[in-house]
Amino acid sequence: MFNRMRAAVIGGVVAASLAISGSAWAVVESKDPIKLTLHDWTGQLLTTRIMGEVLKAAGYNIDYVQADYIAQFAGLESGDLHVAMEMWETTGRDAMDASFKTGKTENLGETGMQAIEEWWYPLYMKEKCPGLPDWKALNECAEAFSVPETAPKGRYLGAPVTWGGFDDERVEALGLDYEVIHAGTDAALFAELESAYQRQAPILLWVYTPHWAPVKYEGEWVEFPKYTAECYTDPSWGSNKNMAYDCGKPRGPIWKVAWAGLKGKWPGAHKAVKAFNVSNDEMSAMIVNADLEGKDLDAVVADWMKKNESRWKAWIK
Amino acid sequence: MNSVLHQTRDLSRNGWAVWGLALIAAWLFSQLTVDLLPWAHKYPRDWIWPIRFEITAFMKWLVNDATFGLFTFKELTRSVSWLLDWPLTAATSLFSTGLMKGQGSDAVQLTPPLAWLAVLGVLAAMGHYARDWKLAALVGGCFLYLAVFGQWDSAMVTLSSIVVAVPIGVAGGLMLGILAYRSPWFEKAIRPVLDLMQTVPIFAYLVPILFLFGFGPVAAMTATIIYAMPPMVRVTVLALRQVADEIVDFGRMVGCTRRQMTWKVLVPAAMPSLMVGVNQVIMLSLNMVIIASMIGAGGLGFDVLSALRRLDIGAGLEAGIAIVVLAIALDRLSQAFASRPPPQHHDQPQGWVRRHPWLSFSILWIALTGIGGLLLEPVQAYPETLELTTASFWGELVKYINITFFDYLEGIKTFFLLNLLIPFKRFLLDIPWAVIAALAGLAGWRLGGWKLALTAFSLSLLIAATGQWEKAMVTVYLCGISVVIASLIGIPIGILAAQNQRAGKVVQVIIDTLQTLPSFVYLMPVVMLFRVGDFAAMIAVVAYALAPAIRYTAHGIRQIDPNLVEAGIAAGCTRWQVLGKIKLPLALPEIMLGINQTIMLALSMLVITALVGTRDLGQEVYIALTKADTGRGIVAGLSVAFIAIIADRLIAAGSGHMRRRLGLAEEGGGK
Repeated sequence: MFNRMRAAVIGGVVAASLAISGSAWAVVESKDPIKLTLHDWTGQLLTTRIMGEVLKAAGYNIDYVQADYIAQFAGLESGDLHVAMEMWETTGRDAMDASFKTGKTENLGETGMQAIEEWWYPLYMKEKCPGLPDWKALNECAEAFSVPETAPKGRYLGAPVTWGGFDDERVEALGLDYEVIHAGTDAALFAELESAYQRQAPILLWVYTPHWAPVKYEGEWVEFPKYTAECYTDPSWGSNKNMAYDCGKPRGPIWKVAWAGLKGKWPGAHKAVKAFNVSNDEMSAMIVNADLEGKDLDAVVADWMKKNESRWKAWIK
Repeated sequence: MNSVLHQTRDLSRNGWAVWGLALIAAWLFSQLTVDLLPWAHKYPRDWIWPIRFEITAFMKWLVNDATFGLFTFKELTRSVSWLLDWPLTAATSLFSTGLMKGQGSDAVQLTPPLAWLAVLGVLAAMGHYARDWKLAALVGGCFLYLAVFGQWDSAMVTLSSIVVAVPIGVAGGLMLGILAYRSPWFEKAIRPVLDLMQTVPIFAYLVPILFLFGFGPVAAMTATIIYAMPPMVRVTVLALRQVADEIVDFGRMVGCTRRQMTWKVLVPAAMPSLMVGVNQVIMLSLNMVIIASMIGAGGLGFDVLSALRRLDIGAGLEAGIAIVVLAIALDRLSQAFASRPPPQHHDQPQGWVRRHPWLSFSILWIALTGIGGLLLEPVQAYPETLELTTASFWGELVKYINITFFDYLEGIKTFFLLNLLIPFKRFLLDIPWAVIAALAGLAGWRLGGWKLALTAFSLSLLIAATGQWEKAMVTVYLCGISVVIASLIGIPIGILAAQNQRAGKVVQVIIDTLQTLPSFVYLMPVVMLFRVGDFAAMIAVVAYALAPAIRYTAHGIRQIDPNLVEAGIAAGCTRWQVLGKIKLPLALPEIMLGINQTIMLALSMLVITALVGTRDLGQEVYIALTKADTGRGIVAGLSVAFIAIIADRLIAAGSGHMRRRLGLAEEGGGK
């Protein structure tokens, strides 16, 4: 009995002090925690933590939840989860469209970062294939990019099947003498790159940015005919009159997605997430800090917060 | 007697004839009918049963509309998840976060979690209490590893979910097992469910679980329990059946009620066997750590994943080994508790403290470290400056191997690919589905009669009818080759482990490591050395599926009646003859069981190998997960389960045959 009373008293004191300290910063609409989702790549962890810290500074209660990139939509729709900071145009389009159709999630605009996904080779391959980065040189160098299982065709290591990307179609439409091998995850993708780079061995693969790989390894994107919407939909477009996909991959923004109820429950947070904006270069620098230089994630975020105070303060005004 | 012997001989001679004929017929059939019966070669697209859409629709209905009148189905599952959240929060507060008030970032810590010294001390004390100083040192050493290598915080998150999931899994499994033991009807009903729980890849039902249980640690824990419980049910049924009749009769004589019979007689008598189930629940729960971390469990699994995304192989390995270490500590502790001699009731010392020295020590120790932790930081948390890491060493090692040996490895790989893997894959894909289904049916008929024939044939048909045939064949090819290789490696090691005690101990540690070290940890170096593709996948599957081949072989040989071996030696057998003519044949049923389990594990690895880009059912399940397509995932997952069930039933029937034949051979051999 006595214990319970004491617990109640402590609880009351804590709650009261919370209320006071909360009101000291700002009046927020609800003290329920806003749940931001974390995935398993560094860039996303950084964007999410920056957003979280900013919201915290505005007085909001923040909770980070580990969730799968696509599976999280179930949670965003039901309101179990609230904000997803990175949905890539290039890989998340279908899931986003399906989810927006339910009306239970909302697109909060671009993060300011542009995703690039394209065929990529390490710079040392240029010696063996001087015609690069023009895609027309690829066929002349097919042999140089081949391995025993694919020879004489070249080997191109594509992304996980789930990412789409139409590489099989691209190879056919452009008449490339290459076999497309799909890696199962991006970890496998970069494991192969690391292995080849250590040996300075030939490799041609799918790389994307913002990511540490194009910073750590010197290399270039293959230059395909530039992407347009017609290229993917209209077979007569481009060099191959009978097939679509005779061009490079689209580049696209990275979007922010939220539970549709965010606006009603935490209007201020909704505004802040909408205002969030960082550039590719900023993000790449932070990723390098964290992944290659081994700096603690929280320290990287704190660093950014200190340097950009006026910027993020404007988001929560 | 002789006539029976003749009969079996005839049977086996007939067997070979039948199989030869069947294969020739199958080959002729597939050659002759390419144009005549195209539907038998490639399952027509129009015939595909669109069940996956129905499943997706059903799930939608279940999540959104299903109702029991007063409350909806989702409300039911959500309240279960609310209920499970309590013990989990309690455990997390104790080990990881401390007692918190409030939610999210507003939460305030009221008390710190248990100090690292407290956890370490108490677990070591439990080790001594359960067995001896050696165990205490082992358990203490395991937890010291976690602290020294900087894995403590994540390990405590993982430990919190394990200490909740394992008791629930064990208790649930025990209950279901007792029910199945009491009611044959219930056992019949639950057996296929258990088969499915064990063989449908977890990824297939992750999405529905997320829908129903919400995001976060509780959903992850629910998936863990579903995955880890079935062996406990099976073991319980088996263990209760094995209780000696005398004990049961004795229970009846003294007039036990049904409840007393179960809890005071049967369960205690079956305890040693039941502990095998507990061991499996612990191992499987820790197996799930990686997948659970994908849906919000955090902890060590998340560390492994994120390290490997950075290609930090060393960091991934250290986190992976932390999982192994946790598994070994928990397993050895639970085994020791189970085999602890019952307390001696005579001349107990006076006073509570003297009667419970270890419990009092633990309480005192927790209090001491708790107070110490408030005053001195290093008592509460292991100082960061003293942490060690070997991460860069492992990265450099892989780099060295890569640069120095890649060409040799490439040569080996190319040889295997061109001469074994690719031809076998082509062969399987070229045979018409109808022929394979018929052969499966035939095998069922030969080994177990028309019932088994019907099961094997109709399950094969279902795989084809849902449009999964080609992917299923790729699955069979990859698993088939891996199982053969795993058996070729595992059975000799198992024999060695059984013959030589010291080797046995070393092998035991290796097996435990292989089973709990997340395959992701070695998958990435394998990819670096062998490139993405079937060969890398095969290595990963073999490494994972090796354990049961070793374990069951060793077990089978150890349990042979020593008199038989003695008799062999007395009759002048050489060592190799003893092994080849006596031990191996007698251990064959166990070895078959081991191969059966190897197949099951190989199939369950498929989802992981999908991560290095195979094009099989595992990949299909994985794609469905990333697209949150419930129906697609479940249909592909069920196909995996069907393959597993066909293999399981055929092998069980086959080893039954063998057992019977062995019984005869023994008598015949004694002439």
